[in-house]
Amino acid sequence: MSHLRILLAVMRRALTAPLGTLLNILVIGIALSLPVGLYVLVQNGQALVSRYAAAPQLSLFMKLDSRSDDIVQIRKRLEQHPAVSHIEFVSRAQALEQLRQDSGLGDVIGGLDHNPLPDTFIVYPRQRDAKQLETLRDEFRRWPKLAHVQLDSEWARRLEALLDFSRMLLLLLATLLAIALVAITFNTIRLQILTRREEIEVSQLIGATPGFIRRPFLYFGSLQGLLGGLTAWGIIATSTHLLNSSLADLSRLYASGFSLLPLTMADSLALLGFAAFLGWFGAWLSVSQHLRRNASQ
Amino acid sequence: MIRFDHVSKRYPGGYEALHDVSFEVAEGEMVFLTGHSGAGKSTLLKLIAAIERPNGGSVLVNGQNVGALRSAAIPFLRRNIGLIFQDHKLLFDRSALDNVLLPLQICGFGHRDSLQRARAALDKVGLLAREKVRPVALSGGEQQRLCIARAIVNRPAILLADEPTGNLDADYAAAIMDIFDSFHQVGTTLLIATHDEAGVRRFGKRSLALAQGRMLA
Repeated sequence: MSHLRILLAVMRRALTAPLGTLLNILVIGIALSLPVGLYVLVQNGQALVSRYAAAPQLSLFMKLDSRSDDIVQIRKRLEQHPAVSHIEFVSRAQALEQLRQDSGLGDVIGGLDHNPLPDTFIVYPRQRDAKQLETLRDEFRRWPKLAHVQLDSEWARRLEALLDFSRMLLLLLATLLAIALVAITFNTIRLQILTRREEIEVSQLIGATPGFIRRPFLYFGSLQGLLGGLTAWGIIATSTHLLNSSLADLSRLYASGFSLLPLTMADSLALLGFAAFLGWFGAWLSVSQHLRRNASQ
Repeated sequence: MIRFDHVSKRYPGGYEALHDVSFEVAEGEMVFLTGHSGAGKSTLLKLIAAIERPNGGSVLVNGQNVGALRSAAIPFLRRNIGLIFQDHKLLFDRSALDNVLLPLQICGFGHRDSLQRARAALDKVGLLAREKVRPVALSGGEQQRLCIARAIVNRPAILLADEPTGNLDADYAAAIMDIFDSFHQVGTTLLIATHDEAGVRRFGKRSLALAQGRMLA
């Protein structure tokens, strides 16, 4: 029997119990969308980290009572420091002006009788090693006339650690739900086998190979897995779309232009392939178990 | 074609269905296997199709030792044997035509070719007009003939029939025996188990008699 004909027969059979088939596909889709959703978040977090962690910087805030020769002195020390690549200086007046423009708090700031913001040096170090950056930060903290030193890549490193944790979680979740998918298919096929016991028995009596018996069930398992994968893909695509439209407002407020990247083509294909394979595998286990049990009787 | 050498078969629990059975059926021969129910006729047929394996002796079919066959080779042995079951073993979820198509699908025939062969087989047993009917709507005799059509559709060299006329009245039984005779005419090897000894005598073919698992001389 040609493969196309088997596939059609399998689809006809799936359509004889449309609700059951639909529910199965939905369950598989939702189960798969959990790890895939987490994967999308991790990928996006990773993109964020590599965007920011690539250029670590230190912010050096001067004391409010520092005078202009203090600033000149600090600038000179920084420029001569071997670990410093280059520096930027943001004066108190500049900082206040920027705040007035960006925050929309113009009225409030206009009502202040003095500028509360300090002069700031932004230091770009030569190396990116976390340990050395911390040493550098501690060294700056001992300098006079500096009120506060902040290592700006610290949150990126925390995010990186969080991402490592999420990746582990992703792996666990994916493994568990893959097992669930195999189990769902196994059970569906087991029930199908029970209703088609006679057909299997007769087929074997008239010379069907185990491969012939297995084939329609394997097709069914793969198809169900594939459709489940497609459902998961739809869930993720819709969710990213919905989240992005609310993220758009959020990122306009933060002026960051950040949005969730959708699944890539390769990732989508991998998802569908994996889902189909798990369905196939569940079906294979189920039929093999049945054939083995029959043979031993 | 079929040869038993000192074959015995014990079922789990100790019941000995066959004891030291030896006989031979030549190629193209039509042989009856007689005996009361429980004499071991069904077991003997099952040994030929490797549905059961012997505990002692050897079963040779077409030169192959069936008892020692690898399980992967059994489907290919069975494709060369047409089985006609006492309980028909028809599939009630599909039409008569689809029942007859099954062996051809298993052997991998193309769809068009399969349809042609299946209709020819149905025609042979006089069921061509009823190809769309499901087996449940067929009479006992028609079900038996459908079972025959399925057994012969891929033209096996050997036909094994277990009580093919068991539950039929004389007219139907005679019609089925005529069908068997027509296969005999074209060279098929037939082994037909029956308890209807009168019918066997009428045919005048060789018969093997089993009683309590032993072959009577």
